[in-house]
Amino acid sequence: MASLEIQNLQISIGDKPIVKGLSLTIRSGEVHAIMGPNGTGKSTLAKAIAGHPDYTITGGDVLLDGKSVLEMETDERARAGLFLAFQYPSEIPGVTIANFLRAALQARLAEGEEIDASAYYKRLYAKMDLLKIDRKFTSRAVNDGFSGGEKKRCEILQMAMLEPKFALMDETDSGLDIDALRIVAEGVNAQRGSAISPGILLITHYQRLLDYIIPDHVHVMWDGRIVKSGDKSLALELEAKGYDWVKQEFAAASA
Amino acid sequence: MSTASPATQSQNGSFTAEVFAAHLATQAAAPAWWLERKRAAYAQFAALPMPARTNEGWRFSNIGTLSLDGVAVATPSNLKSQISDFKFKAVAELTFANNTLSSRTALPADLAAKGVIVTTLAEAAVKHADLLKAHFMAQPQKLGSEKFAALHIAFVGDGAFIYVPKGVTVTDPIVVTHLASGAGTAVFPHTLVVAEENSRATVVDYFVSADASAHFACGANDLYAGHGAQLTYVAAQNWSPTTLSFQFNSTVVRRDARVQSLNLHLGARQARHESLSQLQAPGAFSEMLALTVAMGAQEFDQRTLQIHQAPNTKSDLLYKNALRDTARTIFSGLIVVDPDAQKTDAYQSNRNLMLSDDAEANSLPGLEIQANDVRCTHGATSSRIDPEQEFYLQSRGIAKAAADELLTFGFFEEVLNRLENEPLHDALRELIKTKF
Ligand SMILES: Nc1ncnc2c1ncn2[C@@H]1O[C@H](COP(=O)(O)OP(=O)(O)OP(=O)(O)O)[C@@H](O)[C@H]1O
Ligand SMILES: [Mg+2]
Repeated sequence: MASLEIQNLQISIGDKPIVKGLSLTIRSGEVHAIMGPNGTGKSTLAKAIAGHPDYTITGGDVLLDGKSVLEMETDERARAGLFLAFQYPSEIPGVTIANFLRAALQARLAEGEEIDASAYYKRLYAKMDLLKIDRKFTSRAVNDGFSGGEKKRCEILQMAMLEPKFALMDETDSGLDIDALRIVAEGVNAQRGSAISPGILLITHYQRLLDYIIPDHVHVMWDGRIVKSGDKSLALELEAKGYDWVKQEFAAASA
Repeated sequence: MSTASPATQSQNGSFTAEVFAAHLATQAAAPAWWLERKRAAYAQFAALPMPARTNEGWRFSNIGTLSLDGVAVATPSNLKSQISDFKFKAVAELTFANNTLSSRTALPADLAAKGVIVTTLAEAAVKHADLLKAHFMAQPQKLGSEKFAALHIAFVGDGAFIYVPKGVTVTDPIVVTHLASGAGTAVFPHTLVVAEENSRATVVDYFVSADASAHFACGANDLYAGHGAQLTYVAAQNWSPTTLSFQFNSTVVRRDARVQSLNLHLGARQARHESLSQLQAPGAFSEMLALTVAMGAQEFDQRTLQIHQAPNTKSDLLYKNALRDTARTIFSGLIVVDPDAQKTDAYQSNRNLMLSDDAEANSLPGLEIQANDVRCTHGATSSRIDPEQEFYLQSRGIAKAAADELLTFGFFEEVLNRLENEPLHDALRELIKTKF
């Protein structure tokens, strides 16, 4: 059983504190949904955990299986088992999906070990079929000219190929049509059901994703903190009532 | 004025009159006109000064390191082809080691029967004198290296002569490897290609050092595409990192012909490359491509000239440089449109990817347009690796160095993708990888 422990994490951009003391523990197989208004620091949290250089950790810690990741480079964190599905995936002109994923898998092998090309393509095609991604995409440049939905599917394809211990999924549902949402959710659920069984931090604005990927815990983030946690019914409540009542409750509590 | 002044000595460096006489003695089998051409070239070489800092054609170049001293004209070597790191399917191969033919594979019988010729300049000087006279270094030298081009003619030992007759298609590439070995060796590689009316061919030049010592390379290639011909030319320069290299390209494109040339620059401590394309008749198209990986303290100095001499001609230049460490690049390109070359479509672009803050890319794009109904665009950009792209790759477990390599290949792909020959494309990628 693997664990990702976020301990009283504080994150700044420049001098501006964005995440102001956030704690959360995720274990293998668990799905934690984080919801919250725009600009509350959800993406900041996910990117900082992945090691984005724009963000400064000013306090707290992030432990992967008990070991701090904060001193690790981004690529080391990824090889240790962290995966970030980006809210806005970068376009990489000239680098094909096939070469990119191959480089990512190669990076996980010991010096001198080589990827078996035919086994690699077999596995890649199987995952693409599952996510209903046309096999021709292997020779397209990463995210270059992809539609919003294609980009998000491509993120899940990468997750399926890299088999992380923990995935931070930042609004993977945005830009997906209803069918694509179901396909992506099935892709994620297939990984949950497999031996890999990653722990998942699911950032979303919409209940509808949670109909497919059923969360064990739902957290509401507000102004850089988790202000309320509950089970999946909390998401339904938010969907019905919006965030105002949370704001009021939080204001009352912190007054 | 004394002809034996020290200035004259360093002006000609190791290439003294005695050295030239000794070289001529090795050419005894050559026809008189060829020897005469060499003598005239030597006289021109000896009379011309070394480039000066004030020459516009050498702006930004490090001229202090262009020494002609301490080198000796190569003696024949029996080294065989060393293209293990640059392999793809070829239809015929010629290898020159230190200016001398060292190995060859014969053309398939059907192509030989159709009149395709893949042979040496020495043989062509005897058997195909008219073609050689018409095309060997026959175009003007306008880009600053008149002296070195004359040196090339004076000392050229042997080289490749490739002739594709009217209407003949040669599908797989014809490959010419030019090897240099031994410290201080001077080599003068040459490849001449004549593609006659409606023919098609791909020719690859590969320049490579057999050892890590410093060589002096002064090469040239002449490309001629007749009416409707389609010629693809790839040159991969992979000399040792201490070599001083000069390479002069001349491309003549006739009516409705198309030439695509791709120069890959990897080796040498200092490499000067001059490329002239002349669009001589309507419908002519020259696509000029180049990729450079500059690292350490290397200097790559590229000078280009696209001359539109007839209406409805097209040229498209895309030179991409990736710079690391303290490397320098210079790109100076000029598009010239003659007065009656209306409806010219000319494009010129130099893009630099700066992988180090200490590298230096210089760009001097230029236009000289004398017709009024033309479309000419030119531009130069320098950019760094996009940190968001780098982060994206790193977030998948790819280390920074490998991420930068992938992004550099991504940057190059726009050029490599233009090559239709897939195995050649892959071989070039593999060759580029040896520099990372
Ligand atoms: N690179 C940056 N430079 C400056 N400010 C930033 C940067 N990234 C984020 N911010 C600011 O930090 C705050 C939190 O942004 P973040 O993207 O984490 O919000 P979010 O909760 O993910 O919002 P959304 O729901 O809209 O995706 C916002 O005010 C945002 O403008
Ligand atoms: Mg966000």
